[in-house]
Amino acid sequence: MVGRAQARGAAVIRRTVRYLDERSGGAPFFRKALRYVFPDHWSFLLGEVALYSFVVLVATGIYLTLFFKPSLAPVVYHGHYLPLKGRELSEAYQSTVDISLRIKAGLLIRQTHHWAADVFVAAIVVHLLRIFFTGAFRKPRELTYYVGLLMLTLALLEGYAGYSLVDDLLSGMGLAIGYSVLMSIPFIGANLAQLVWNGPFPGGQDFESRLYIAHVLILPVAIGGLLALHLTLVAARHHTQFLGPRATEKKVVGMPTLPAYAPRTLGLAFAVAAVLFLMGGLIQINPIWQWGPYHVSQATNGAQPDWYLGWLIGALRLVPSFDVTVGSYTLVPNPFWGGAGFPLFVFGVLFLWPTLERQVTGDRAFHNLLDRPRDAPWRTAIGVAFFTWIFIVFLAGSADRMFVLFGLSYQAQIWAFRVLVWVLPVVALFVTKRVCEELLRGEVVEVRRKLVEAEPA
Amino acid sequence: MKRWLIALLVLLLGRRRRRPVLDEDARLVPAGSPDRRAENVVLLLFGAATLCAIAFPVIYAWDAIPNQTQFLGLAVGLALAFVSAACIVIGKRLVVTEELEDEYGDAHPDDQEALEQLVDESGSRFTRKKLLLLAGAGAGTALGAAVITPAASLGPVFDVSSLYRTPWRRGIRLVDELGNAFRADDIEEGTFYTAYPEHADREQMGAPLVVVRLEPAELQLPESRNGWAPEGILAFSKICTHAGCAIALYRKPTFPAVQPSPALVCPCHYSTFNVATGGEVVFGPAGRPLPQLPLELSGAGELRAAGNFSGPVGPSWWGVRRHGARP
Repeated sequence: MVGRAQARGAAVIRRTVRYLDERSGGAPFFRKALRYVFPDHWSFLLGEVALYSFVVLVATGIYLTLFFKPSLAPVVYHGHYLPLKGRELSEAYQSTVDISLRIKAGLLIRQTHHWAADVFVAAIVVHLLRIFFTGAFRKPRELTYYVGLLMLTLALLEGYAGYSLVDDLLSGMGLAIGYSVLMSIPFIGANLAQLVWNGPFPGGQDFESRLYIAHVLILPVAIGGLLALHLTLVAARHHTQFLGPRATEKKVVGMPTLPAYAPRTLGLAFAVAAVLFLMGGLIQINPIWQWGPYHVSQATNGAQPDWYLGWLIGALRLVPSFDVTVGSYTLVPNPFWGGAGFPLFVFGVLFLWPTLERQVTGDRAFHNLLDRPRDAPWRTAIGVAFFTWIFIVFLAGSADRMFVLFGLSYQAQIWAFRVLVWVLPVVALFVTKRVCEELLRGEVVEVRRKLVEAEPA
Repeated sequence: MKRWLIALLVLLLGRRRRRPVLDEDARLVPAGSPDRRAENVVLLLFGAATLCAIAFPVIYAWDAIPNQTQFLGLAVGLALAFVSAACIVIGKRLVVTEELEDEYGDAHPDDQEALEQLVDESGSRFTRKKLLLLAGAGAGTALGAAVITPAASLGPVFDVSSLYRTPWRRGIRLVDELGNAFRADDIEEGTFYTAYPEHADREQMGAPLVVVRLEPAELQLPESRNGWAPEGILAFSKICTHAGCAIALYRKPTFPAVQPSPALVCPCHYSTFNVATGGEVVFGPAGRPLPQLPLELSGAGELRAAGNFSGPVGPSWWGVRRHGARP
């Protein structure tokens, strides 16, 4: 009986395989794909966490589009939430309050979507750090790296567009800042801002629907396309790996997709989704009904954006008071430095890094084996300094929270940050370089000791 | 029904009778010994996932359950977590974990050469390659420019004159949220008021004001602003000149002898404007003072604008210092 069941199972598989191969000619490809080799290291999962967060984002996002109304048309709120009763607000804001408070499971899906966005960007950033400090961006994987960086930029924009759609007080403040940063671009800023907002802030009615189509179609499709390209490039050149007994520059060693890797990665996919839905259900995020609708004349105090914009708010706050002017012409309005110049510089450095490193080291070889951070002391030191720089700016963005929580003078903190932001990266540079070199020296000593111990035997 | 029962029995008892073992060498995946305990764990985990997943629609449908969001999240989250655990046990304990080797791909010099040759030979009939390439590039650029031209319809890209415009003119009354006119007596020291132009759109950056009162003796306004602050009442644009947020903080010293002057502060990036000197930046990133609106009192003691702002309102752009605010 058991044998017959198994025979029937085998027959089903055989029929399916035959059907697919005869109609796609894909059997050789699938055979290869199912035996594709995945080297194993915990840090290789970070990219997958980002991938699965994106899946959750798309799924929950589609649900939200079925209820959200991308319109700034004014309506009077007559829902159940008493503090807003009788207030005039936009359809966008009202529909989001309804998703949160009236539609069953709506708040779960909305909060899961928001958490997934935060985790998505976090996973990409940590993945980027892994790639940087292990030298995985080197030949032949520069393209994969550039595509990944491009996805990170788009993910930041996508997140910003997402929370800006709601038209609650916080999102309106975020848009005002975005508008001001665009305005501050030398020579063309005002024109660009008028173009995007269809007039002076808060802009025409069209702005909301434009932002919406960017958030639900243009940006996610772009991210999805780049994601496909990213994964194709990864598979085409195989994963990198750390040096092992059998793992060399020529041979990749790991477990195959089937049977070993598929259940593991499925397990990770479900784990990511589980964590996101648990957070969405149990941990409140962005309770927009409490912020109230946005009006140009209103602002809330001590507000913080989503974490991944913290570095920009920090930069905007740290820059001292000056506009660069030539006579009556304003060449560079202040928000440019923190809001546009800083992120452009950071992404510029990240995009140029593979080229810069190749120029300096003259290393044009293929690299399938990963460096440990200590193996490239200069890269690791410069990287640590660079990311320390960004992190200090990020911390400066929460100086007002530190004031509220610990009573530290805001102005004193900003002055301290203005100094630390230049001092700490330099300290980090030299400390990291020294640590890397000492670790390497320690290994040489260890090897010698082992050799000496082995000799008498 | 009978078949299902049998299937269930097979699932539970399974492995009693083994599948006739094929020739070990013919296998693609190496054989491993069965692990009944791991199978039981997986069965349990799938069972737990099923229960949690079933709980989801139950919670959804049962309105008497409080805190729906939390329980729904728990139900679906735990269901996913159990499936995840099952997958991981399958991966780690039930399937064989082999270590395979594969070659890292190299470059393909022969194909590279062939590609080069293909491109080269495809163009071998052209005699003026550079000129053709230039002409093609020119056409491409022009076409690109043509394609993006419709984007100019998105907004008034070449007309930025409206950035200078505000609804304020001499004689316009200051009203509060409900549309009631502000009287000078309404304005007390130590706090700030938000005012709007009467009968005007409030959702434009030029509209909202923040109004404060100082002792007239404390004022240090520039000469050119004589009479802008009747009874020491000052009005400024409520929109920060740094990044367009509404100014929502008023730093009012409690002990004037030791503390800094009264100042308006933007909660976004903490640009701080000294009200006594007419909105000068004393801290934070703003590159321009806060525009001040000259005030006058009507016969009935109501606050009215005595003109337009001292400068354009809102965030800076290339032209912000070229003209003043206009009606």
